[in-house]
Formats: sequence, C-alpha cells, structure tokens
Amino acid sequence: MSDSSTAGSARLTRGQILRRRFFRNKSAVAGLVGFGLIVLLAGIGPLVARYHYTEPDFLAFHVAPNADHWLGTTKDGSDVFAMVIEGLRKSLIIGLSVAAIQTAVAAIVGSAAAYFGGWFDKVALWVVDLLLVVPSFLIIAIVSQSVSGQSKGSIPLFIILLAAFGWMLTARVIRSMTLSVRNMEYVTAARYMGVSAPRIIARHILPNVSSYIIIDATLGVASAVLSETTLSYFGFGVKPPNTSLGTLIQQSQGDVAVYPWTFIAPAVVLMVMLVCVNLIGDGVRDALDSSSKSGGRA
Amino acid sequence: MFPYLMRRIANYAILLVIATVLAYFLAATQLNPLGLYDLSNTKLNWDGIYATFTSYNINPNDPVMDRFKVWATGVLTEWDWGKTPKGESVNAIISRRMWVSVRLVFLGSFIGMGVGTALGAWTATKQYSVADRIITVLSLIVFSTPVMVIALFLKLGAIKANAALGGQVFEFVGEGSGLVGRAQHLLLPTISMSLTGIATYSRYQRNLMLDTLGADYVRTARAKGLRKRQAITRHALRTSLIPMGTYFAFALATLFVGASITETVFSWHGLGEYAVTSISTFDINGTVAVVAFSGMMTLIGALLSDVLVAVIDPRVRVS
Repeated sequence: MSDSSTAGSARLTRGQILRRRFFRNKSAVAGLVGFGLIVLLAGIGPLVARYHYTEPDFLAFHVAPNADHWLGTTKDGSDVFAMVIEGLRKSLIIGLSVAAIQTAVAAIVGSAAAYFGGWFDKVALWVVDLLLVVPSFLIIAIVSQSVSGQSKGSIPLFIILLAAFGWMLTARVIRSMTLSVRNMEYVTAARYMGVSAPRIIARHILPNVSSYIIIDATLGVASAVLSETTLSYFGFGVKPPNTSLGTLIQQSQGDVAVYPWTFIAPAVVLMVMLVCVNLIGDGVRDALDSSSKSGGRA
Repeated sequence: MFPYLMRRIANYAILLVIATVLAYFLAATQLNPLGLYDLSNTKLNWDGIYATFTSYNINPNDPVMDRFKVWATGVLTEWDWGKTPKGESVNAIISRRMWVSVRLVFLGSFIGMGVGTALGAWTATKQYSVADRIITVLSLIVFSTPVMVIALFLKLGAIKANAALGGQVFEFVGEGSGLVGRAQHLLLPTISMSLTGIATYSRYQRNLMLDTLGADYVRTARAKGLRKRQAITRHALRTSLIPMGTYFAFALATLFVGASITETVFSWHGLGEYAVTSISTFDINGTVAVVAFSGMMTLIGALLSDVLVAVIDPRVRVS
C-alpha cells in the first residue's frame, strides 16, 4: 500500500477515503467542531465557574444573569452556569456510555442470532419482539420509581436501564445484515479451517456490518440523551443531588414565565449538543455509505 | 395472504398477553401504593388503609400470585382492569382520557404526516436549492430538540405575546370551551405535536423521493413524453409513498402514550399524562392497563403496516 502511494498513483486506504469524505462535508465538520467545543465546555467549565453546583448563594435567589452569576440563579440560589455545566457533563456521560453499551449488546446478540440460527435465533428474535411490544419508557419509569436508597436517581442506574431497553431495533438490523454475510465463501472457508465461532463473528462478520454499527452508535448518543432527558423531565430520571440537563429542565419548567433563564440555558445547551451529534451522525452515514452521493467522490 | 395475516395476528396476540402479564408482575411488585402515605404517621388508620387496598386488590402485603389471579379473572370475565389507589375504576379513566387524547393527538399527528410528506416531496424535487437547504437545517434543529423544550419555548413565546398584545390570545392550560376557546387551546399543543412529525417525515420522504426520482421508470416515463410534473406525481411520488405507509402505521403506536410530554406541558388530561401519573402515584392497575393499551397500539400498528404494504405494493402480493 505505502509503496504504491509513494509511487504517486495516490491509492488511499479505506480509512483515508472515509476521512476525506467526512471532512469534505461542511455540516459534518461543523457538527464535529461544535461537539468538540461542547466537550471542552464540559471539561473546563467547572474550572472557570465562580460557584460550585452544590453551593447555593443565599444572597441571590432567582437573580437574572449578571456579572457574578453569568446565567443567573435558581430559586434556592444555585448558580445556573455551574448547574448547566454539571448537567451537561452527566448528560454527555450518559449519552456516550449508553450508546457504547447498547451498540455492543446489539452487535453481539444480532450477529450471534443470525450466525448460529436455530433455536438461539428464535429465542433472541422472540425476546426482541417482546421488548419492542412493551413500552420501554414506562418499564424504565416503573423500575426507577421503585428503586430505593442510594442508587435512586443515580447515573449508573440510568446508564444500565437505558442500555437494557435500547438495543433491540439495532440487533434486528444487524441480524438481517449478518444473514446476508453468513454464507459468504470467506466465512465458510474460515469455518472449514476450524476457526471458532466467536472469532469468525468478531473477525469476519462484524467488520462487514461495521458501517451500520458505527452509524448506529453515533445516533445512539443523541437518542440516549433524549430518553434520559424525557425520563428526568417526568421525575423518573436523574434526581438531586445528581443532575442532568433533563433534570434542570424539569426543575425550571414551572418558572418558565417568571424566571426564563433557569430554563433557557439548559435547553439551549441540550439543543446545540443534539444538533451537533446528529450532524456528525449524518456525516458518518454519508462517508460510510458508498451508495450515498452526498459525500462526493473520494 | 389471509392465512399469513392470521398467523401474524395470533403471534402478536400471544406476545401482547405475555407482555401484559409481565407488566403486571413488574408493577405489582415494584409499585407500592403505601408510598402515597406518610409511613411514620401513627395517627393514620393503617388497618383501614390495608383493608381498602385489599378491596382494591393492590395491597402489597397480599401474595402477588393471589392478586394476579383476582386481576386476571376480572380482566378475562368482566373486562375489568381494576381500581386505582383512590378507588376509581381504571376502565372509566382510560375510556374518558382516551377521547381527550384523541382530540389533541388526531390533529397534531395528521398535520405532521401531511405537511411533512408534502414538504419532503417538494424539497426532493428542488434538491440543493436554497429552500431545500434551509428546510433541511430547520428540520434537523427541530428533531434534535426534545418535545418539552419545543413545548416550553412555545409557552414562553405565548406568554410574551400575550403580554405584548394585552390579552389572553394564546391559551396553554387545559382544553377550553366553545369553538373559539377550543381552537385557542388547541393551537399551541398542536404546533408542539406536529413540528417533530413534520421534521421527521419530511426527512424520510425527501430521502425516499430522491431514490425514486432517479429511478429508471421515472426516466422512461419522461422519455416517453410525460410531463415532468406528471412523471413526478404519478411515478416517483407514488412509489415513494409505499414505505411511508409503514412509518405512519407505526406512528399509531406512539400516538396516545407518546403525547405525554405535550399533554403534561399544556395540562391536557389525556392518556399520555395518565401513563406518567399512574406510575408516579403507584397506581398498579392503571399502569398495567396503559402498558396493555400501548402494546395493543403497537401491534395494531404493526398489523396495519403489514396490510398496508400488501395492499399498496404489488411486489408483495406477487411473492
């Protein structure tokens, strides 16, 4: 590969092609830059904030944004800027971890079901269908409502719950994609050479469906953040002392009319974050999908 | 096709029954109606409370299997879905709230589907024009925005507008009365419900339409002398609507319970709101009924999409 490229015939590796296609897409780059800035904000925010998110200013209840409290304060004197940064950090952690876990589960279950077939496939499909029939939002709400003690409203609990109910549709798609790869010559060859099943799945099948997995993982970040926000909005999600953007929106919804800054700040940060993730997702899809014309020619 | 559909229906029905039973056990073991009372309050008549809960079949101290038997018998023999911790009949609540939901949901989702499809088809024919780019950006922003953020921004805007106009032009609490009153109260929640639909469906339709616009049969139709407009509407639009049928059918699943955010923000006492309040008020029977209702909607949606695709798409009928 490197020989031919130094020879000037400009042969590119797959990674290089994908990178070129992605970076030619202006909106995807904008999304990436925006997301980078948001992560940066989440990283350095606590360092530049004047207040800690658990530290109420008892001299300033519900004050409008000013030089001291950049984004104003809430009814108990908490600094909105510090709270939004903390909420953003937690929402980012939830979004990224849930997307990673649920995509991994979906890839394993989906590809294994198609590869092994038979009863394993039947059971897996049945479980997927069952979980799709039950409204997962309500189930998560019931479980989180009943959890008592320390883990109530905690971040790890939420990551597990959201991931547990978020993998089914992806698993179905990966299963049907695996079905078309499963009987390819190279898979059969590997099987006759005595390569073990997990190794075939990991080395020969999953790489062939990887474009879908990557797209799904990217968009999964947005949907996980959305689900968490919705649950928190109804009081079934992250609870104080923990906080997330959804929790902040929930706490401020009654004050929208009188103290709009308590709502606008978390809402705008949430919107910008989700727009950026979706832009990246679109860009990744265009770059990976060879039939897409929006990426131009590489 | 008929035996195939019957098999699907039977399969769905079994899934629904199992899902509902599982939901019952989950709710009955996880939701504790005693949480409604202050457990440290000794002045409360606990024996009385327990007796009442037993008569409603939601006493957490009774064995869950016994409660399940009573509940299942009630559902099977009298279609009685039980009582809430306050003693109301779940059947009555659901049948009342369903119509509140229908009044809100119908218009919102209808506008979302119609406008979204039209917008998507139109932008596809104008790909990469200024209008297409603007609509693409706007729809991306809208579907990246959680519904409650849209709804609360609408509310905030309405409050400011009312203050500026010096009167209650925009209403955002409850249903209102009279034709004008109802229309006033419907305006904001309908916008909040349809915006996401418009954004999502216009994206789907645009992509589907772009595929069909470049298809051979559309080019053939043009080459045979059909006007561009006719070629697009008769050939491209029609084929691109087939997969949209599936999306619409599945939208049914999320119609009722999915409106919970809009209903909560705008104080509509529909099913979506009940789905949420039933869980937060430890209403076991209500929660299970809502789960069953929404599961049934999912299945009707799935079935409808099977039928729709079979009816619209000749390829399915042939194979």
